[in-house]
Amino acid sequence: MAGHTLTFEPADPYHAFLTTCSRPEHGHGPLAGVPIAVKDNISTKGIETTCASKILKGYIPPYDAHVVTLLRKAGAAIAGKTNMDEFGMGTTTENSAFGPTLNPCDTGRVPGGSSGGSAAAIAGGMVRMALGTDTGGSIRCPAAFCGIAGLKPTYGRVSRYGLIAYANSLEQIGSMGKTVSDVATLMGVIAGHDRRDSTSVDRPFAHTPKGEIKGLRIGIPEEYFGPGVDPEVATVVRKAIDRLVELGAVTVPCSIPSMQYALAAYYVTCTSEASSNLARFDGVRYGGPAPDTKKSWHEAYQDVRREGFGPEVRRRIMLGTFALSSGYYGKYYAKAQVARQNVKADFAHIFAGVDVIAGPTMPSIAFRLGEKSDPLSMYLADILTVPANLAGIPAISVPCGKVRGMPVGLQIMGKHFEDERVIDVAYTYEQAVI
Amino acid sequence: MVTEHEVKHIAELADVGIHKEELETFTHQFNAILEYFDTLDLVRGVPAAEDGLVNILREDEIEPSLTQEEVLRNAPAREDGFIKAPRVM
Repeated sequence: MAGHTLTFEPADPYHAFLTTCSRPEHGHGPLAGVPIAVKDNISTKGIETTCASKILKGYIPPYDAHVVTLLRKAGAAIAGKTNMDEFGMGTTTENSAFGPTLNPCDTGRVPGGSSGGSAAAIAGGMVRMALGTDTGGSIRCPAAFCGIAGLKPTYGRVSRYGLIAYANSLEQIGSMGKTVSDVATLMGVIAGHDRRDSTSVDRPFAHTPKGEIKGLRIGIPEEYFGPGVDPEVATVVRKAIDRLVELGAVTVPCSIPSMQYALAAYYVTCTSEASSNLARFDGVRYGGPAPDTKKSWHEAYQDVRREGFGPEVRRRIMLGTFALSSGYYGKYYAKAQVARQNVKADFAHIFAGVDVIAGPTMPSIAFRLGEKSDPLSMYLADILTVPANLAGIPAISVPCGKVRGMPVGLQIMGKHFEDERVIDVAYTYEQAVI
Repeated sequence: MVTEHEVKHIAELADVGIHKEELETFTHQFNAILEYFDTLDLVRGVPAAEDGLVNILREDEIEPSLTQEEVLRNAPAREDGFIKAPRVM
């Protein structure tokens, strides 16, 4: 399958890449000779994979993630590994241990996160397609902020084998691209069953986007246009939805009452899962530096992790440890799981009467570098993206205009396993405004 | 509200450690986040008892996997084909 090489030596003024492969091999197939950027939390055999963390500096995976195997089989050239918030924990890509990525639309602003490097690599014209991961919006947020398209697939549709885990029950690998067609092409390569991921579902993706939405019923949740959403962003998104109506869709007002606690439920769940998942980073089997074998286990382990993890990663591990501790489990984790059921129930109720749900991807345009220094204010920016992760439904962000010169994303959420439909709606919009 | 003393204790439980100079800021931010988590008090309902899924297990069969050399390659400290770790006891 391999045998050919291409040259990939971009200038990268936005610091989109942590590693570039200057002469990547490629083979034959639907992606023959197409350079693809891969987020740095996805394992690539022989190519350093750090999750943008000091604790994994120098780690060379001995195996490929399932999606990377599929990319190679499809003839793609792995162009490099993209910058991200450390372990996916952030909304700006400023939490990278190796410095932030800049937004190609305005280098004084963040590209969004956590897949900010992948989005900037596309928006900056270095690649046409990239892989990202989305735990609470990490594909859709940077897609919206950088003016590209990005899909968080239905949970289970893309194998997580070889994805360095942060919050297993929420995260999915997904495709990002210059256009919705690029997103669909890449999704066609990475979707499908893999027995090495026990949550993998046998639902391959073989769909060419169609620009036909006559009679489509679009739910418009009031919470997506309420307080906390920049009115100018809301106006641009409403205009985009009006355009879909001109093309034959019908809008249906709706409400997601569980939104009032969805974000808290998300953060309790993801930090709890992170506190368990990240226990493996001890500098013993990989990463480093090696713990001091003269010290006791806990002492040596704490030294390695205090220096190896950035503050946001340690904060989330601590929050999760606290939320799962005896005496607090009922107040936080157990409540968050009921909240999650309620979010799923709200979506099921709405989807009984509509085909898709639409709203803004993010409540604002891209932040200025350094603007979100307080962790809670950064968490609050995820309010419109986390519901899809809690429910496991597919959601896409497609560019739909600008506010103060910066891109705005239209988010389309769909029923479980209707990734094809959210892609069609996004494609229809994109074709109408080109 | 959690105190600086409790935050230090959580950092130790989680094995992430904490620098003295971080403690005040961490405690302040921790409390702001926990206060926000209180919105979960609005949640009504009981946890679902059973979702119908059972564990998905594969047969325990030997398959080709990584060599010892490949497994050890990323370990920063090793000796005689083993990984070196701090003492536990």
